[in-house]
Amino acid sequence: MRRIAAALLYVTLIVGAGLTLFPLLWMVSVSLMPATEANLFPPRLWPRTVSFDHYADLFTRLSLARYLVNSALLAVAVTLISLLFNSLAGYAFAKFRFAGRDRLFRLLLGAMVIPAQVAMLPLFLLLKQFGLINTYGGVIIPGMASIFGIFLIRQYALSIPDSLLDAARIDGASEFRIYWSLVLPLCRPILVTLAIFTFMGAWNDFMWPLIVLTDSDLYTLPVALANLVGEHVQDTELMMAGSVLTVLPVMVVFLALQRHYIAGLMMGGVKE
Amino acid sequence: MGAGQVLKMGWILLVFCLLGCRGDSAATVVVEFWAMGREGEVAPQLLPEFERRHPGVRVKVQQIPWGAAHEKLLTAYAGDAMPDIFQLGNTWIPEFVALRAVEPLDAWIAGSPDFDLEDYFPGILATNVIAGGLYGAPWYVDTRLLFYRRDLLARAGYDQPPDSWDEWLTAMARLKAQAGADRYAILLPMNEWQLPVILALQRGAELLKDDSRYGNFRSPEFRRAFAFYLALFRQGLAPAVGETQIANLYQEFASAYFSLYISGPWNIGEFTRRLPPAVQDQWSTAPMPGPDARHPGVSLAGGASLAIYRGSPRKPEAWQLLAYLSEPAQQLAFYRLTGDLPARRTAWREGALADMPPTRAFWTQLQALAATPRIPEWERITSKIAQYAEAAIRGALTVDEALAALDRDVDGILEKRRWLLGKSR
Amino acid sequence: MRLPAGQRNSDPLGTSWPQRPSPAVWFIAPALALIGLFFLLPVAGALLLSFTDFDLYALGDLSNLRFVGWRNYRLLFQDPLFWTALKNTLYFVLVGGPLSVGFSLGAALLVNHRLVRCKGLFRTVFFLPVVTTLVAVAVVWRYLYHPRYGLLNYGLGLFGVAPIDWLGDPDWAMPAIILMAVWKNFGFNMIIFIAGLQNIPVHLYEAAAIDGAGPWRQFRSVTLPMLTPTFLFVAIITLIGYFQLFAEPYVMTQGGPANSTLSIVLLMYQEGFRWWNMGYASAVAFVLFAIILAATLIQLRRRRD
Repeated sequence: MRRIAAALLYVTLIVGAGLTLFPLLWMVSVSLMPATEANLFPPRLWPRTVSFDHYADLFTRLSLARYLVNSALLAVAVTLISLLFNSLAGYAFAKFRFAGRDRLFRLLLGAMVIPAQVAMLPLFLLLKQFGLINTYGGVIIPGMASIFGIFLIRQYALSIPDSLLDAARIDGASEFRIYWSLVLPLCRPILVTLAIFTFMGAWNDFMWPLIVLTDSDLYTLPVALANLVGEHVQDTELMMAGSVLTVLPVMVVFLALQRHYIAGLMMGGVKE
Repeated sequence: MGAGQVLKMGWILLVFCLLGCRGDSAATVVVEFWAMGREGEVAPQLLPEFERRHPGVRVKVQQIPWGAAHEKLLTAYAGDAMPDIFQLGNTWIPEFVALRAVEPLDAWIAGSPDFDLEDYFPGILATNVIAGGLYGAPWYVDTRLLFYRRDLLARAGYDQPPDSWDEWLTAMARLKAQAGADRYAILLPMNEWQLPVILALQRGAELLKDDSRYGNFRSPEFRRAFAFYLALFRQGLAPAVGETQIANLYQEFASAYFSLYISGPWNIGEFTRRLPPAVQDQWSTAPMPGPDARHPGVSLAGGASLAIYRGSPRKPEAWQLLAYLSEPAQQLAFYRLTGDLPARRTAWREGALADMPPTRAFWTQLQALAATPRIPEWERITSKIAQYAEAAIRGALTVDEALAALDRDVDGILEKRRWLLGKSR
Repeated sequence: MRLPAGQRNSDPLGTSWPQRPSPAVWFIAPALALIGLFFLLPVAGALLLSFTDFDLYALGDLSNLRFVGWRNYRLLFQDPLFWTALKNTLYFVLVGGPLSVGFSLGAALLVNHRLVRCKGLFRTVFFLPVVTTLVAVAVVWRYLYHPRYGLLNYGLGLFGVAPIDWLGDPDWAMPAIILMAVWKNFGFNMIIFIAGLQNIPVHLYEAAAIDGAGPWRQFRSVTLPMLTPTFLFVAIITLIGYFQLFAEPYVMTQGGPANSTLSIVLLMYQEGFRWWNMGYASAVAFVLFAIILAATLIQLRRRRD
């Protein structure tokens, strides 16, 4: 009975895993097919001859390397900057007492319900006044601090023993020093989770860079890919190669750090 | 100043560096040029000669897909991030002039004696003139006409392409019968507004009334043309597909999924490039069939112009580029690269384009053009036309319901215009 | 504990500690300033914009701007396109939401089962779509959905199903997008469910087993009730996320065919960034906000019952 149950479970899981992975595997397979081979009937599952032409094309003719660099630069910048500001604020909300602290925090939480799109139009006009449209800054700014990040860090920082902090204060350490040398290392797990989360979000962000960036030199990968689809929808294999290159870096980051990320998510889910 | 402070400074510095970062390099004067679609892909090939003649000026071409071009240009304008010189569909010129985004060219032309305005096709040049001022230099002309498979049409019994609506319908019925159940006579992507409008213009319909204050889509002329358009789908002559569903237009044309296609000159280049050799000498072009004995039927006065941004700090260099691209030799070279038809008649003569098979039909068609309303809201109105045409094709609305809804929406779109016109009175 | 007013003023350098408000202010100031300036201020601005008719003409010349009060909202509620967008978005939320949550729960139960080894591997595989870039996978699925060359129709054809024009048939376009969204998102909620499941004390199951409850009964009386808070959390974040449907229709269908995949955010984008009717688009955004708020409150209230 147990064996049958186990077998059934494994079969279901394996079929499920196969279905889940299939689009991604097919994406890679088509990207290696020579041009027009994907538009045949019956459709092919793997290439008859492997061709790296599309990847070469993307890097030479279509300057994908530039978009890759843009995405990487922006994602790293947003991650580092937001980690700094969010952790400062999250720690303060957890460990400092000041008037209106809890009310302010609840207000911030409430603001999380507001969809980001509401702010996009006026934000565009605001950034235009600052001359930040079509710059890296215009893309980074909305992500420099996030209520969700503050929330995550605050929840985690609550568990830091006050005695530790008081002891450091007695020793004469400045508040910033305490934050930097004591609190941050203690918060490492949540910081890693938040970093991965922010990096993935920034890398995959589409709507805002689409709006803000007009100069194709500054495009991030998702925007460049959408642009490519507009021009080259006929070239299936080329588009798949573009998709592979867009998805690969963030998947690598995830696979390398997944233990932290998933642990962090699970922590967050439980706390609710 | 502890390590913490230094690091804090470092962050702030990084932030400020990135905030202003645009990836610019400024050695020589760099003119930013936006071009769309195939033109954008090919434009860089025209530039080495220009840069040779004007050392100290470099041109940076940015290619924008047509589907996003209109909104990208508007976004760039709204965000103060416009290029110096850009390709502009000529139906968009009224809009950008209303925004004061485009530099008037009359002064620049006066200062350049070699610039021959008379050489341009008058109908096309007129689309660039708003309130007496010239705002764009036509780069290439575009009109829509029939691309067809000679062999398939011959097999259906037609040595010459049809030149009246009746003949056209009969030909398509025969093509369909010949093609069978899951192939079609003609491909008409559903979300394109051009054909319903062309058919209406051929019938002499006035699309907007009262100095473009209100929609006029329930007029009998428009209604007849619209009903004709719908009949093409109802009779199974055209598949009810949108452009997103055609995976590869050229493969489909080659495999006889359809035999007729209404399109513009850029497809001369694309067909030549992308169709398999077996089909290469089987396709040709023909002017639009007209509703009755009058031939050819009119078509749209389309095309794109080169326009200069009014707020550009590099207008002299942008003008030099514009003048260069307007030279007949460059126009001819451009034609050879893209299939886009030159806007200057000298280029046509030099290339003997009026005699060559694919372009001959365009020469004929260019003598019979009709203009669409030149108002800023036109682009939006065309999207409404496409929307309601699609709804009617799918049977969600009857012809009258669709036209009534279209009129209602267009009246709403034009409300601001009515207010502005009333204000200035 | 606040220092009395007199003492605060006489200690401007902040040499006394620890409950002085100063350090807290410096710590929260950057984040709050950024959020305030670049999020909350624009939201207020959007409210203001929604009462004007800011459009292309106003963009060119500000004197063309009119203050129109509630007119945008009135037009909105009379606009059939808005109702279509609302209907489509609700379709997506009310069908896609439960489907996604259902698959997540199912996957969580399977992966977390005590009889399964290499839990980590399966967990990673199921989570992988969440990590991918939406635009990239939208492109992939667009080709998978091709009526003639797509593998989905080919696979269905092997079972004798006639080819479906997934992205071209108004009846099938939204289900196609739902399918893709479920595939992409179910891994995320699965993780949260796994956490919830792992938090259920084992002794509850043991007690139920002793009382003679079979696996299904245990699921209904132990698992489901204990999962309620997790359920609520998952439901709310899925709801909020799904109401903001944008990238999938933008990349795959542009709102078509026949506006059957036009979502509210896509409508807002088209009105705001394609036609530059910013006043009207802001009204759409606020209506969306109101809807999300209402839906969230409904969910929270249901929990209380």
